[in-house]
Amino acid sequence: MSVFEGLKFRKVYSPIHNLDPRIKFVYVCAIFGVAIIFWELLPLITLFVLQLPFVFLAGVRRQWLRSMRGAAFLATIIFLTNFIFSFIGAGYIVTAKNLENAVALTLRFIVLVESFSVFFLTTSPDHLGLALEQTRIPYEFCFAFTTAVRFVPVLAEEAQTIMDAQKARGLELERGNFLKRIRNYIPILIPLIVSAIRRSLELAEAMESRAWGATKKRTNLYMLKLHRSDFALIVITIGIIAVALYVRFYVAIPSLNELLMGSS
Amino acid sequence: MIEVQDVYFTYPSGVEALKGIQLTIRNGEFVAVMGQNGAGKTTLVKHFNGLLKPTKGKVLIDGVETTKVSVASLARNVGFVFQNPDHQLFSETVEDEIAFALKNFGFKESITKRRVTWALNLLGLTQYKKTSPFMLSGGERKRVALASVLAWNPKILILDEPTIGQDYQQKEKLRQFILQMKAQRKTVIIVTHDVEFVAECNPRVLLMREGKIIVDSEARKVLTNSEVLTQASIVPPQIAQIFLQLYDFELPQNIIDVYEAHQILLKALEKKAK
Amino acid sequence: MAIIKTKNLTYTYPGSTKASISDVFIKIEKGEFTLITGPSGCGKTTLCRCFNGLIPHFYQGELKGEITVQGLNVAEHPIHELAKRVGLVFQNPENQLFALSVEKDVAFGLENLGIPREEMRQRVDWALQLAGIYDLRERAPHELSGGQQQRAAIASVLAMQPEVIVLDEPTSFLDPLGAKKIFEVIYDLNRKLGLTIILVEHRLDLTAKYASHIIIMDEGKVVLDGEPHQILSSEETRLIGVGIPKATQLYHILRKDGAKLANTIPLSSDEMATLLREAFKG
Repeated sequence: MSVFEGLKFRKVYSPIHNLDPRIKFVYVCAIFGVAIIFWELLPLITLFVLQLPFVFLAGVRRQWLRSMRGAAFLATIIFLTNFIFSFIGAGYIVTAKNLENAVALTLRFIVLVESFSVFFLTTSPDHLGLALEQTRIPYEFCFAFTTAVRFVPVLAEEAQTIMDAQKARGLELERGNFLKRIRNYIPILIPLIVSAIRRSLELAEAMESRAWGATKKRTNLYMLKLHRSDFALIVITIGIIAVALYVRFYVAIPSLNELLMGSS
Repeated sequence: MIEVQDVYFTYPSGVEALKGIQLTIRNGEFVAVMGQNGAGKTTLVKHFNGLLKPTKGKVLIDGVETTKVSVASLARNVGFVFQNPDHQLFSETVEDEIAFALKNFGFKESITKRRVTWALNLLGLTQYKKTSPFMLSGGERKRVALASVLAWNPKILILDEPTIGQDYQQKEKLRQFILQMKAQRKTVIIVTHDVEFVAECNPRVLLMREGKIIVDSEARKVLTNSEVLTQASIVPPQIAQIFLQLYDFELPQNIIDVYEAHQILLKALEKKAK
Repeated sequence: MAIIKTKNLTYTYPGSTKASISDVFIKIEKGEFTLITGPSGCGKTTLCRCFNGLIPHFYQGELKGEITVQGLNVAEHPIHELAKRVGLVFQNPENQLFALSVEKDVAFGLENLGIPREEMRQRVDWALQLAGIYDLRERAPHELSGGQQQRAAIASVLAMQPEVIVLDEPTSFLDPLGAKKIFEVIYDLNRKLGLTIILVEHRLDLTAKYASHIIIMDEGKVVLDGEPHQILSSEETRLIGVGIPKATQLYHILRKDGAKLANTIPLSSDEMATLLREAFKG
């Protein structure tokens, strides 16, 4: 159930958490785009380093490292496939260039994961829901989103209780062949579904009792407002894009290899 | 017999739910585990059928350490009825629901049949045996859940919050039922914060607070000790409250039963009249 | 002035053949603290659902007779209109909080009604304070105890400033202390703001002392309806399986055996202790 633990967010305050999620999202998309247009190692290293201040400012280093570790497996696969293909393509020799390319492509993946994890680690679901509400997405959809986030941990806990209750009646989930094992889950799934239906009825009742759908012009307790830091982030984002485009079109990027050779 | 030897338990989330529990429950005892939500009551009883294993210390059921055997084999002797019947009912008929555990334990069909009939009868559910459990009322569903555990005749019976949402008559039936179990020398353990119910049953009470047992004594002693009750955020039962308020009239201070209170007050008032 | 009035109210759920409540004839005055009780399945919850129009609008089914809330015929007005007048708090606190923070939940009804933000902020803070959870306003629901969650649910109907708050067994999942806090909060709302409270509860021992009006139901019918002391003095309450408070029971059996106790029926241990004290001294 540890997967769901992650959804039990807590309110944290940091300059990064307080940024408008919409701007943060645009920023993440910009990083994403920039990472896509480069395949050289140097700019990708720059992008990677560029985001570290965010991680430190937000104080989410531990969680961030965890998500990086989670990405390590896929990164290794990306590295190996790229490396092996170029190894074969180059006629079974290892060249510094091939190696650097494989590293660059892996780093590109890591940068993508990095930027999205910074976004999700520093944006609480209610902030995200709020951002959704204020981007003209139909309210019903936003409501479904926040309610889902609200109830996933509750359902996970309930599933655990049901499992305990059936185990206490001698159910052994691990017993039997493959088909039997699937069938073992029926006594868990049925109560879970029945109780989810019951719960949704109760929720509907409570929503109705609080004037759901009374007016088309719904108001909102919170209003996302852009602060100075949000404008700063906009400027940073535009700056990154501008520099990236300039470098892409007008600068010949040296490979790390050449750079090292040149200096020595 | 249940032996709990210096048990500590910490949830994966880091919450320390039990902090050094030392406890022996003998066969045939009737025990109520009381305390505030989060005091560790349910965590403790989940150790008795192996659903949870101690982080430190040992739990022995009839001399067998719970870490050495499966939940299923412990469950054979320790029946656990969960608070919410909806967390376990899934069969098409009440009859099937009650037979479920018996099949898991590998009972022979003829025995299963006999035991199901017996359990249906014991809890007054015979008329519903072909009914879907989902069609029954809340109180009836609770009884089906109870029957489905009783059916295999476990030596130890654990009931988690059996009185929640139950009306007066249903509670009275439950009390009768527990007395019946007691008469059959079964160990009954209830987890509850219903003081009035406990006052009527007068079991041994384990009062818990923050993962520890702070008092372990008979109900009439625990429920009249306002000092420890306050620690555990429990309000004394009404009869005890009356006697606590009349502390200056030289009345006994360990009364929780309404009929006992009646006798004592009647005598005291007569004496006063003379 | 009666704030809720029913006349021959009879209701049958869709697909059911038997009426869940029949011929209910009650009157609830403004500012009363009404306790509705009776054995499980007696129709208490069904009656509650009629107060804000969940019956018949949400549940469909067949409604006969009449129920009016502040003069409005429930059958003719949509739930959201009635919800401004009658707030409902349900048994399970978990299933009435949908938002990711307490204050957002408290604001939910007001957002639905399209209340302007400044006013909403004020009403939300006001409701949070009355429910005693102002300090918890930014917490997520799963960070609260059951009692705190239930107070959040109370705050969220309170923010809509209804005339009546109906609570359907609001404390059955809570521990005694959590329950006591809930009862104190609603008793305060009744006394200080003059809100009409309708509380459905099994446990008379915990609640009888707050009530100014008790309605006892059985098998869909109202069997007793009146002032608490009067209701609890009748022998009938015991017969239909409503557990009367132990203090009241003690009083009854003592009187039966000729104990000289004053003629006012105690509803709580405090009242009983006072009576006994008088008897010992007098």
